Amino acid sequence: MTDTDRVRHRDTKTAFYLFTQQKLPACKPVLTPAWVITIFLFTGFIFIPLGLVTLRASRSVIEIVERYDTECVPEPFRIDKVSYIQDDSIPKNCSLFLKVHKYMKAPIYIYYQLDNYYQNHRRYVKSRSDQQLLNGQKYQATSSCQPVEFNNARPIVPCGLIAWSLFNDTFTFIRERAELKVNRKNIAWKSDRDHKFGKNVYPSNFQNGTLIGGGKLNPRIPLSDQEDLIVWMRTSALPSFRKLYGRIEEDLDADDVVLVQLMNNYNTYSFGGKKKLVLSTSSWLGGKNDFFGLACVFVGSSSLILAIVFMLLHLKFQR
Amino acid sequence: MARGRIRARLRRGHLYTFSCLRPSATEEGPHSIEGPGYSRIVHCNQPLMHKRRPLKYRSNYISTTKYNFATFLPKALYEQFHRVANLYFLGAAIVSVSPLSPFSAVSMIAPLAFVVGLSMAKEALEDWRRFMQDMKVNTRKVKVHKEEGLFGNKQWQQVQVGDVVKVEKDQFFPADLLLLSSSYEDGICYVETMNLDGETNLKVKRALEVTLPFDEDEAFKNFTGIIKCEDPNPNLYTFIGNFEYDHQVYALDPSQILLRDSKLRNTAFIYGIVIFTGHDSKVMQNATKSPSKRSRIERKMDYIIYVLFSVLLVISLVSSVGFAVRTKFYMPDWWYLQPQNTDDYYNPKKPVVSGVAHLVTALMLYGYLIPISLYVSIEVVKVLQASFINQDIQMYDEETGNPAQARTSNLNEELGQVDTILSDKTGTLTCNQMDFLKCSIAGTAYGVRPSEVELAAAQQMAIDLEDQDAERSTLPRQKGKQQEIELETVVTSKDEKDLKSPIKGFSFEDSRIMKGNWWKEPNVDVIMLSFRILAICHTAVPELNEETGSYTYEAESPDEGAFLVAAREFGFEFFKRTQSSVFIRERYSASGQPIDREFKLLNMLEFTSKRKRMTVIVRDEDGQILLLCKGADSIIFDRLSKNGRLYLEDTTRHLNEYGEAGLRTLALAYRKLEESEYSAWNNEFQKAKTSIGADRETMLEKVAEMMERDLILVGATAVEDKLQKGVPQCIDKLAQAGLKIWVLTGDKMETAINIGYSCSLLRQGMKQICITAISSDAKEVVKENILMQITNASQMIKLEKDPHAAFALIIEGKTLAYVLEDDMKQQFLGLAVDCASVICCRVSPKQKALVTRLVKEGTGKTTLAIGDGANDVGMIQEADIGVGISGVEGMQAVMASDFSVAQFRFLERLLVVHGHWCYKRIAQMVCYFFYKNIAFGLTLFYFEAFTGFSGQSVYDDWYMLLFNVVLTSLPVISLGVFEQDVSSEVCLQFPALYQQGPRNLFFDWYRILGWMGNGLYSSLIIFFLNIIIFYDQAFCAGGQTADMAALGTAMFTCIIWALNCQIALTMSHFTWIQHLLIWGSIVTWYLFLLVYGMVSPTISGNAYQILVEALAPAPIYWSATLLVTVACNLPYMAHISFQRCFHPLDHHIIQEIKYYRKDVEDDRMWCRERSKARQKTKIGFTARVDAKIRQLRGKLQRKQTSLETLSPITPSQCS
Repeated sequence: MTDTDRVRHRDTKTAFYLFTQQKLPACKPVLTPAWVITIFLFTGFIFIPLGLVTLRASRSVIEIVERYDTECVPEPFRIDKVSYIQDDSIPKNCSLFLKVHKYMKAPIYIYYQLDNYYQNHRRYVKSRSDQQLLNGQKYQATSSCQPVEFNNARPIVPCGLIAWSLFNDTFTFIRERAELKVNRKNIAWKSDRDHKFGKNVYPSNFQNGTLIGGGKLNPRIPLSDQEDLIVWMRTSALPSFRKLYGRIEEDLDADDVVLVQLMNNYNTYSFGGKKKLVLSTSSWLGGKNDFFGLACVFVGSSSLILAIVFMLLHLKFQR
Repeated sequence: MARGRIRARLRRGHLYTFSCLRPSATEEGPHSIEGPGYSRIVHCNQPLMHKRRPLKYRSNYISTTKYNFATFLPKALYEQFHRVANLYFLGAAIVSVSPLSPFSAVSMIAPLAFVVGLSMAKEALEDWRRFMQDMKVNTRKVKVHKEEGLFGNKQWQQVQVGDVVKVEKDQFFPADLLLLSSSYEDGICYVETMNLDGETNLKVKRALEVTLPFDEDEAFKNFTGIIKCEDPNPNLYTFIGNFEYDHQVYALDPSQILLRDSKLRNTAFIYGIVIFTGHDSKVMQNATKSPSKRSRIERKMDYIIYVLFSVLLVISLVSSVGFAVRTKFYMPDWWYLQPQNTDDYYNPKKPVVSGVAHLVTALMLYGYLIPISLYVSIEVVKVLQASFINQDIQMYDEETGNPAQARTSNLNEELGQVDTILSDKTGTLTCNQMDFLKCSIAGTAYGVRPSEVELAAAQQMAIDLEDQDAERSTLPRQKGKQQEIELETVVTSKDEKDLKSPIKGFSFEDSRIMKGNWWKEPNVDVIMLSFRILAICHTAVPELNEETGSYTYEAESPDEGAFLVAAREFGFEFFKRTQSSVFIRERYSASGQPIDREFKLLNMLEFTSKRKRMTVIVRDEDGQILLLCKGADSIIFDRLSKNGRLYLEDTTRHLNEYGEAGLRTLALAYRKLEESEYSAWNNEFQKAKTSIGADRETMLEKVAEMMERDLILVGATAVEDKLQKGVPQCIDKLAQAGLKIWVLTGDKMETAINIGYSCSLLRQGMKQICITAISSDAKEVVKENILMQITNASQMIKLEKDPHAAFALIIEGKTLAYVLEDDMKQQFLGLAVDCASVICCRVSPKQKALVTRLVKEGTGKTTLAIGDGANDVGMIQEADIGVGISGVEGMQAVMASDFSVAQFRFLERLLVVHGHWCYKRIAQMVCYFFYKNIAFGLTLFYFEAFTGFSGQSVYDDWYMLLFNVVLTSLPVISLGVFEQDVSSEVCLQFPALYQQGPRNLFFDWYRILGWMGNGLYSSLIIFFLNIIIFYDQAFCAGGQTADMAALGTAMFTCIIWALNCQIALTMSHFTWIQHLLIWGSIVTWYLFLLVYGMVSPTISGNAYQILVEALAPAPIYWSATLLVTVACNLPYMAHISFQRCFHPLDHHIIQEIKYYRKDVEDDRMWCRERSKARQKTKIGFTARVDAKIRQLRGKLQRKQTSLETLSPITPSQCS
């Protein structure tokens, strides 16, 4: 064996040599029929139970949905709802009765749902200033908030279209003449409250202009405690969305009737948007979401069917 | 006129190199140098004169770089934005600073800057390498006359026009020089011009007589002179100029010019004056840029990009129209957008303006359909692939130390799609190394070693015999295996043989005349004489090898070198040449002591292709004048004297045998001259030589003819033009891979056919179609005749019923000239394509290029040209892929090539392994790229429909930025670099796998559209499953609903998972690198999300703490990811499993066999698959064997049928 041979012999063992010669040890999985059938069966056996479990969780969620945008406009105004909602002189209170069909265990989440409301419109989404929300008036560069940036040459806090169009219907829940305890704290993400909305930032100059959008904010409460605003500021992905309003912290029994007294302030009539009130319990999965379970079952069963088809084909056309 | 004269002089100068009398150099007057093109004036030894205009010429600094520091940025940027996709992204980046942009400016600019920056960095690196190479040349040292006869070292770049330089042995000339004097008294020097024209033989240059005295440093003290000459031009073989010295004008011609980049050989030193420097020098003027080539896949990719652009435009139009409609009819009602306070971008009163502005936004938003990183990823991948090619130890030639080299990385995948190989012969298939193999002296044949052709024939016969046995005794299946073994043993036995001949150029073996044994032979005189002819009759120069003490020879042709080596081995060592003598050391003399003999060289009549012979007239030590001649047998036989035909019959027989064995033959003859006879002739000859006029040439020839007659034949020699190692096996494999091989050679037809046989391009039983031109003056007649031959041949092929019949087309350059004309070339091509092998002989370099173009354009298939010499450059540049052999000849072919390999046999690995891999890698990679960008880009579009087409993206800007650059680019690069469908050994064992490339199975529109469809499906699944799952319900136990950030992040997670799982399904070869990159990409995504969630919310916005707080605790996030990933990949998985199980492609079967280790356990199956996987081929070794088997079977069957007719009761057999 010559020297060069020896060098090469040693070289062949180093990883770098194997790398340059493209001979690194590799795993080369081959989709043999056995593997294919196993994989499909496995997928099926994962997804069908998963689907069933999630379906069960979803079914355990009790949900009451009540549309109130039309009912809450008194009969005479129903021809022109827009002028009704824009007329401040008319009282906007309204009552709804919700019948509980099944026992609902606390906490029961209260949502308001808006339809046909483009919170995801680019003009809308961009119109905010995270810096200002955190730092208040100290932060000046709020051009992204246009067109709700200044009023009477003074900066608006919080600025932007999103804040300006804050949802301001309010709900009170009464069962058998007793008001249900509604917790409106902790409805926003904790990180939002702690780090995103300033603790020393107070609303100022808000909804003071000629154009009044949505709700007003209490200027004495810092933004970090204005949880309605924080929830609202998380723009929804789709034009139809639910937002958390609060939690009823008492159980509701079947056949209970809940009286909802609400202030129908928010204008969705201009664009024909629906407004709904939703009461819902939750499971480990979240809200009622049958689709997910069904989709899992579908995927699982299709892969089971594929496995069976492959098995049959394989038996029939033995190679 | 001037040019013709010069050429004549040149040739003469060459012819009388070693003649004792110098032709008087100044028989012609100085050139009349006037007018444009002849303005250059050089003041010799006065470089100061050239400091100012107009005599300030370009410096000797050369630069071959594309850019310099100032031009790099603009030029390189221009190159980058030349690509339509990059231009689009540039536009997008510019617009991104305006409010039109759907993303932040940084997310548009950063990826572009990254991608363009990377490409530019690559350019800069390549240019830097060129610069370093230039610097190496520029800083070479040369001795330059400083002052007062003193010479000092100077860098090349500082050498100026007019400098006197002294160049020493084996140095390169720093510039184009005028030769003044050399270490030889008569001012000649030897030059090797390998770098210029690829010729390895030495050329002789000669100084003017008037400058001969300047042969030492001191002499240049007061030397001045003026050269007036032509302007810089690229013509290597002409030079017109005058030298004014001492009030006299002398004409200069190319024989006094030493060109830059050629090398001084066999001469101790020369002095010269610098005439052309730097880029003015002829070699630099000659440098042509090789045309830039693009691969088929890349060209097709452009179309796909256009398709995607159209899709982009369509969906942008859809969304801008949608936007305009929404803005006009709905937006006035959306009070929360303050429609009354808008600028033009959202103005309900100006929906058209808004719509048009939105078109720009949409074009940018959906830009993710166009893979921005595609080009740069492909570039990265190709560079890495190229480095794998460069590093492949199995394409490393140990003899020369040359690895294979991918000189451009553009064409890696094109290597996998080659359909036709056009090969040079000399130096490519053969070594261009002649081996002295046999000789016939005094009617006795010597030399026992067989030639390669004989060897092949013998093996063939051995196989045939075995086949016959096999036919009788064993089952046909086992026979297949035996052939395999046979093939292997052929290969190994040949290798062993090669090791046994350590002497280059000498493979002779015959104990009768070796080691001085020829003394014991009869006809000792004749043997001695023929060895002397070999040792004396040549133009070579000996060179002492200091280490071994033996002599090597610088010969004009390798044949001559082989003769000299042979003579040396027989004991007649040529060791010294002076102007007038040749010295031979005879080892085996009567006395037993080596004797040095001097032969006075009287005249030399050189070899030309017309004369086909060479003669020297010498006076030996006894005063006897001898004429020694070697030449083509036909020429010599015509000039034999009556009593010189003693051995004619035997020699002729031997010559025929040698010819059949594929050897090159020459006949040797001599004649004794009387003093008086010679002097009479010499007078005549000198007269002819000094005569002036056009008929001088013919006169000289006539005089030479007078002397070269009445010769006495002594014998003949046979040298073998050795095939390169492994060539037949390589051709066999390439043929099995379904490649067509054309041989284009400058050699004559017989040689070409011989070589064709020895490398199995031709075989017995193949029908040879020779197209020849009849000798007729009328061009029309000739053409008509050729056309008739072609149509007849085509007809014959069409009518041939035997499916195994093979045809070979052989055509000569002269005929080719007619055939390549426009009106006939299609017929010719049609015929050539039908033939199994095509051999073109006697073709010029130009014709080689033309044939290549004809094949390339006529068939529309990929062509590969392989060659080694300067004459192949045209062909190499013309073909889709040019491969240069970096062997013995010059670098010209290599410089023009796209790939270089040291030997022809490496072509097999280059194509069948690397080509196959690279093609599949790039094809899969490009397909995947389009898939992933469609899958991602379309989700953006669907989302638009839910945002009133406002141009909002559901993903955070940072996700988008990372998508192309980080999160999905590395796995696809690993696919492009490391994917192997089968290992290299299997590639070589199953050459038919290569056909997947030429048939373009992996990049046809069907497959591309399939991938696009897959992308469309994935985008739909990802988007709608996520949308519905996260629609309005709370997604976690805390009751919160998903906002845009949560939905976007969940969706993006699904995309990352789905795309990476898809690529994992696509791959079939996982090393730790692939695992790291694929799964690492997914991990990186989560890590990024974690880190991004931790930075200040003023930067991360709604993505702040999104993973930790919102998504990670929600089981539905994880299970949705799982669901979407599986749903995306399930159909693809079903598709590939179905295809693999029921319509498997070749590599699927092999993979499976390998997987089950069937190749180890079941030899028989493995062999069967191997023989099945061979492409039906009609050339190559295997085809030869197959043909033989068929022939034998036919015989057997005939025998049987005759038996049957005799005895009808015999049961019929099936074969």
